[in-house]
Amino acid sequence: MKSAVIVFPGSNRERDVARALELVSGREPALLWHADTGLPAGTDLVVLPGGFSYGDYLRCGAIAAQAPIMEAVRNHAGRGGLVVGICNGFQILCEAGLLPGVLLRNSGLRFICRDVHLRIERSDTPFTRGYNAGQVIRVPVAHGEGNYFAHPATISRLESEGRVLFRYTAPDGSLDPRHNVNGASNAIAGVLSEKLNVLGLMPHPENHVDPAVGSTDGRGLFAGLVAHFAAAA
Amino acid sequence: MTSAVSIITPELIAEHGLTPEEYQRIVGLIGRDPSITELGIFSAMWNEHCSYKSSKVHLRTLPTAGPCVIQGPGENAGVISIGDNLAVVFKMESHNHPSYIEPYQGAATGVGGILRDVFTMGARPIACLNALRFGDPAHPRTRSLVSGVVAGIGGYGNSFGVPTVGGSVGFHTRYDGNCLVNAMAVGLVDADRIFYAAATGVGTPIVYLGSKTGRDGIHGASMASAEFGEGAEEKRPTVQVGDPFSEKLLLEACLEIMAKGCVIAIQDMGAAGLTCSAVEMGAKGDLGVTLDLDKVPCREAGMTAYEMMLSESQERMLMVLRPEKEAEAEAIFRKWGLDFAVVGETTPDKRFIVRWRGDTVADLPIKELGDEAPIYRRPFVETPPPAIVRATDVPAPMPVGAVLERLLGTPDLCSKRWVWEQYDHVILGNTVQRPGGDAAVVRINEGPKGLAMTTDVTPRYCEADPLEGGKQAVAEAWRNLTAVGATPLAVTDNLNFGNPERPEIMGQLVGAIRGIAEACQALDFPVVSGNVSLYNETSGRAILPTPTIGGVGLIEDFAKSATLAFKAPDEQILLLGETRGWLGQSVYLREICGREEGAPPPVDLAAERRNGDLVRALIGEGIATAVHDVSDGGLLIALAEMAMASGLGARLYAAAMLVPEHAFWFGEDQARYVVTVRPDRAEAVMARAKAAGVPLRRLGQTSGNGALTLPNAAPIPVRTLVERFEAWLPGYMAGKAG
Repeated sequence: MKSAVIVFPGSNRERDVARALELVSGREPALLWHADTGLPAGTDLVVLPGGFSYGDYLRCGAIAAQAPIMEAVRNHAGRGGLVVGICNGFQILCEAGLLPGVLLRNSGLRFICRDVHLRIERSDTPFTRGYNAGQVIRVPVAHGEGNYFAHPATISRLESEGRVLFRYTAPDGSLDPRHNVNGASNAIAGVLSEKLNVLGLMPHPENHVDPAVGSTDGRGLFAGLVAHFAAAA
Repeated sequence: MTSAVSIITPELIAEHGLTPEEYQRIVGLIGRDPSITELGIFSAMWNEHCSYKSSKVHLRTLPTAGPCVIQGPGENAGVISIGDNLAVVFKMESHNHPSYIEPYQGAATGVGGILRDVFTMGARPIACLNALRFGDPAHPRTRSLVSGVVAGIGGYGNSFGVPTVGGSVGFHTRYDGNCLVNAMAVGLVDADRIFYAAATGVGTPIVYLGSKTGRDGIHGASMASAEFGEGAEEKRPTVQVGDPFSEKLLLEACLEIMAKGCVIAIQDMGAAGLTCSAVEMGAKGDLGVTLDLDKVPCREAGMTAYEMMLSESQERMLMVLRPEKEAEAEAIFRKWGLDFAVVGETTPDKRFIVRWRGDTVADLPIKELGDEAPIYRRPFVETPPPAIVRATDVPAPMPVGAVLERLLGTPDLCSKRWVWEQYDHVILGNTVQRPGGDAAVVRINEGPKGLAMTTDVTPRYCEADPLEGGKQAVAEAWRNLTAVGATPLAVTDNLNFGNPERPEIMGQLVGAIRGIAEACQALDFPVVSGNVSLYNETSGRAILPTPTIGGVGLIEDFAKSATLAFKAPDEQILLLGETRGWLGQSVYLREICGREEGAPPPVDLAAERRNGDLVRALIGEGIATAVHDVSDGGLLIALAEMAMASGLGARLYAAAMLVPEHAFWFGEDQARYVVTVRPDRAEAVMARAKAAGVPLRRLGQTSGNGALTLPNAAPIPVRTLVERFEAWLPGYMAGKAG
């Protein structure tokens, strides 16, 4: 799997995700600068990492969505290439129009960093083939604006098209408002684009890939992608 | 610059925080009246914050050397070796006054400043910690200060991208008018790639990097060197505004040009901004410096030389570059979108010359600016020794279990989850032990080494007896590092006190430093960096003396670090260390009996060492399954914390015969640890303790029933304890009465 991680000024989890990609795929990802205009030839996966791109002083992700590199990311997605945006990356994908909806301030109005439980809603996507449908994983969140919101009609469409990939739940997988960490609509933690090739999620699976540090529950995302490309090759 | 009639009036001198005697010293040094810009420069260099004029003679008594020390106090931060050509750079610094005036920005820029101190030396920050003290929860400002300070610390560190992994939070009415925000940063660097402030070479360019200079923070350091009266809020313009985004860019740009070999010397612009950084670079290198202020990137037009020299705008650096690498360095800074300007050069004559619009606005002897700052041996009176409170004279109005439930819900002992969940503590993917334990543990690169970190102080002990309190702060930091299995290496100290011109306050400072020195000496725990914050008073009332200790220790294999959670049912719970039932200055005495009095628990440094060394060995050999140091609140609080962290319960034996029950469970005797071991290993551990001369007592067994059971009492469900423990702070912040 050949992956590229986009670095915007203010990105700060690019090293975390690059380390996870290398650990699981055995291959170091390319780090691309926001001012770059093209992806390395043969790039399979593009990752937009977490952080505070351009300080998030405007709406989160709004400036990054206009960065020079984003045209290449758009083209990659348009060709059906896989794109993952994590945390600030998710916000950027929404601002860039590659995913529907927006991320509002957390319902508690505070930044929150804690482990949450996510239910995997389907396993028949390149992003989740490393998991079983209905499986619950534990990964951390660390954000102030992760409250997913969209027009009710959009939410219904996402639900009916099976585009909600991760949901905040109790440890046993049941829906419980107390475990909806940021107040997201339908407890949505991650969504897919129409063609199911672009994923945005708020939690950080890249921080749970090592048994010594947290857990290995996040590995499945990266392992699933590696398996996907291995099968395609 | 020289005018026949001096414009410097006594009022102007006083406004600059200089005494008439200090002003005469300036005139004597330069042989004339200073210009207004020069007066500003002297006031910046000679205020308490920058010159340590009241504390210097005492700070010199601290032990600062040791086998691991690469750089002791005097640089931007301390540096210690952890082997494998790796070094750890760390320091703690206060931002108390700004945080009280403007909590969010004050705390945020406190974090920004300490991070710059660390990466200025070439280190990539790997962790932040803090120590916070607020006033009485019932005080009308406390809630907004907690909210603003915590949001500010999180806002800066989270955006910058460093995990905030530990700290402490406490409340006391003596901080009503003066909260404390002590921020600590820890970084990692190759031991052969450390950068220092001293300039070398004559005629080398001095380069200004980072954000533009604005009118914020002018006289910030002087403000931080005076006590507050009424109307402190009017000082808001002296507080700087933080920009973590620029700081993150500055970090990446600095590390990149350092890696490319462009940098000779580097100094961040912190307190007293351009003045302090330029003078330090020159003075440390025995060189003069000439600055051309017309080249300084400014945020707004029309700034005077005086304003530029005293601005404390954030996220700025000063560097001496290798002349042949200047173009390469500039290209890197432009890539990161940061300002880059050659603003001066080094000179052979040891003068500090500042030019602006064709005039020389300052021409001063550079060495004397720092070296000739006044040093005071201020008169002090020692704190009189308090009477010892005997446990038998302390009432026991409530059953032990009821006391436990009450204490777990008090502001000082309750869970601080509400605070640390606002800090990103998992970024960088190396946090092995998160907040909530004895010390945080962070993996070094890919391991196996790990670094343990903690911040500690018990201000009420320091108030009662500064010497014992100073010792205790060091001992507790050492103990917390030991409790996770680390070998304690070195400390940074952040000394927060009132007005040193009052002899009783000076006595607290002198006593605490003596205690710190004694403990650091005895525990081989040198002080490698630090900060002094004086004048922490409002309208004549001083804070509790608060010498915060930030400790760092090394674990050879992070996977072997111990945690406080019980691990399995039916394990033996052992207490190492002696319990005499010391209730003087205890949380019990304050919260249950409403008395804040007596002598604090004495610290036996030989016992600390003996007991700690055994505990560390038991962890290293994998014998200890859970470990927790016993501190605030005493033994039963420690046991409850171990139960709450695991969900497992414990069946406890009766208290020791010779100690009253309440004093046994809630006394705050020092040098103690609770350790669990598998039942088949208990005998061997007891034999080892006996051989080492470490008092050991069986406390009971862990249990799978999820309840804490005291003798002759109904079991208390651990879930009830958790509810008590977790409820107070979120409830208070949501508006419930303090």
